[in-house]
Amino acid sequence: MKLMVSVKRVVDYNVRIQVKPDGSGVVTDGVKMSMNPFDEIAMEEALRIKEAGNAEEIIAVTIGEQKAQEQLRTALAMGADRAIHVEVDEDIQPLTAARVLKALADKEQPGMVLLGKQAIDDDQGQTGQMLAALWDRPQATFASKVDLDGQKAKVTREVDAGLETIEVDLPAVVTTDLRLNEPRYVKLPDIMKAKKKPIDTTSLADLGVEAAPGLKVTNTAPPPERQGGKKVESVDELVSELKNRGLI
Amino acid sequence: MIRDEEILEQLLDSIRRFVRERLIPLEEQVADEDRVPDDVISEMKELGLYGLSIPEEYGGLGLTMEEEVLAAFEVGKTAPAFRSAFGTNNGIGSQGIILDGTDEQKQRYLPRLATGEIVASFCLTEPDSGSDAASLRTSARKDGDEYILNGTKRWITNAPSADVFTVMARTNPEEKGARGISAFVVDRDTPGVSLGAPYKKMGQHGAPVCDVIFDDARVPAANLIGGQEGTGFKTAMKVLDKGRLHISAVCVGVAERLIEEAMHFALERKQFGQRIADFQLIQALLADSRAECYAARSMILETARLRDQRPDVSEQAACCKMFASEMVGRVADRAVQIHGGAGYMREYAVERLYRDVRLFRIYEGTTQIQQLVIARNMIRNAE
Ligand SMILES: Cc1cc2nc3c(=O)[nH]c(=O)nc-3n(C[C@H](O)[C@H](O)[C@H](O)COP(=O)(O)OP(=O)(O)OC[C@H]3O[C@@H](n4cnc5c(N)ncnc54)[C@H](O)[C@@H]3O)c2cc1C
Repeated sequence: MKLMVSVKRVVDYNVRIQVKPDGSGVVTDGVKMSMNPFDEIAMEEALRIKEAGNAEEIIAVTIGEQKAQEQLRTALAMGADRAIHVEVDEDIQPLTAARVLKALADKEQPGMVLLGKQAIDDDQGQTGQMLAALWDRPQATFASKVDLDGQKAKVTREVDAGLETIEVDLPAVVTTDLRLNEPRYVKLPDIMKAKKKPIDTTSLADLGVEAAPGLKVTNTAPPPERQGGKKVESVDELVSELKNRGLI
Repeated sequence: MIRDEEILEQLLDSIRRFVRERLIPLEEQVADEDRVPDDVISEMKELGLYGLSIPEEYGGLGLTMEEEVLAAFEVGKTAPAFRSAFGTNNGIGSQGIILDGTDEQKQRYLPRLATGEIVASFCLTEPDSGSDAASLRTSARKDGDEYILNGTKRWITNAPSADVFTVMARTNPEEKGARGISAFVVDRDTPGVSLGAPYKKMGQHGAPVCDVIFDDARVPAANLIGGQEGTGFKTAMKVLDKGRLHISAVCVGVAERLIEEAMHFALERKQFGQRIADFQLIQALLADSRAECYAARSMILETARLRDQRPDVSEQAACCKMFASEMVGRVADRAVQIHGGAGYMREYAVERLYRDVRLFRIYEGTTQIQQLVIARNMIRNAE
């Protein structure tokens, strides 16, 4: 079976984010960009499935600007067999991404599409779910464990109440949570070899996908500065202080 | 010379991440236990760090000198003991074979050195021959199609874990100087080769050093590097030229780390009601460190680019080694000063790095020897 993994180019998680003065978004010029960490986990899981002999090919997909090919190169260096770049210059909304992935799923017929449960840039957390709906296939979100069993996958999900294990028929959509695995370090020789692996470039028009207009960001603001704390002498004082402030 | 900006950036990024996430958190443990854990050694091998400078045709990354120093800047940001583990395979241990070895010698050793399957060390120094390396006394007497080696090599980095040694020995006892010396590749399991006990050192704990003793060790003539007698000293000097640039780049990496530590501390620590970073005398220590470190970085990059065009950069490489190793000594001293009493305490990285960097002014040619190399070149050119 084929596995399809979507990877998004986002501001590196070590960067201290700065909001643009006009509130139209965050500063990305000259800022280090990386693969969304949850997507890295999805990539790693796909590699493990392939290494266990349960898949033959891994296709990495990104939707974004020309430079997003850097993240595809990382995916190829990690071990993806080939990559598809859907070149789009505008910001991508979850619904557009889901439509693109649906179009690619129709074309490639993967047994599983793996996505991060969310991207750390806009924290929308809905692409996987939307894809499952459009594709009309089962979804297993927030996965912390994935076991393949023939035409089924047993997936443990991290939910508020604890861990929930479900079984889904393949093909299915799986979105990955933080504790699913620890992604490998990319091996240096593999980075050199990745240059020779193919990246296909395509566009929304080629895929017959219409960009979703639904969502508009009206303002971006930094979180409020942290206020200085207050030291209290005893538990009693703490409790009455919290009560005074109407917090308990 | 950078062959592909994008690939290089990814390589450096991968190294940066490994250093930050995996190595820096282990520094104290490695210093306390005086060893790099086996699983970290395996990870460094898997990552490809043992083959940075080994040609691609033999399974390495074949980094150009410019690419190699850029990688060394990154590797330098953590305890030098980690770098030392794969340093000899990339540098002094393998370069003799790469630069002057026969095809057969390259085929036999380089692929396994590139993966880290085997570890190589470099045996030049002896109890009575340090800076005056050309006076070395280890002998290699020809006997049929073998050479019989006798002598002791001192303070050999990675010898305790080495599988193969590049050994400089005298094949012509009549010729007392450099021309009587030949270079050999010697397998560790050759009968007659033994190791001394590991030395206890001032710093760089986890980077083991011991003596290597040759007692009637019979080495096949096919292991004479380049198949030629009398050129071993030249080989050693070429190896050291390249090694000096690499070491210089590591010095810059450590200096950048020290500056980062000092800067961080200066912003946190308050005295007289303000951050010590706001005192101009502290700022001077920081600024001097930054400027000197930047100077070293620039001259190393310049020399590395030059070496990618023509191999003979002895004078420039000696300038880099002298300046960068002395520079990191001063930067370490200032970093400790900025930390005040904390800088004298084990729990702060600067205390450890201060001891670690002392070595850079001594091995692969002391500062005084670099001065001699530079001045001799100047005189030769002027004459
Ligand atoms: C931790 C460690 C690891 C090492 N690893 C290796 C290794 O892997 N392989 C290897 O072969 N060697 C190795 N060495 C040896 C190292 O290269 C030598 O210690 C170094 O070259 C200096 O030689 P020496 O110690 O004999 O000092 P000496 O040569 O005895 O020098 C003593 C002092 O005299 C000065 N001096 C000497 N000659 C002159 C001169 N002509 N003019 C002015 N001043 C002079 C020196 O600069 C120095 O200050 C290592 C050493 C250490 C400490």
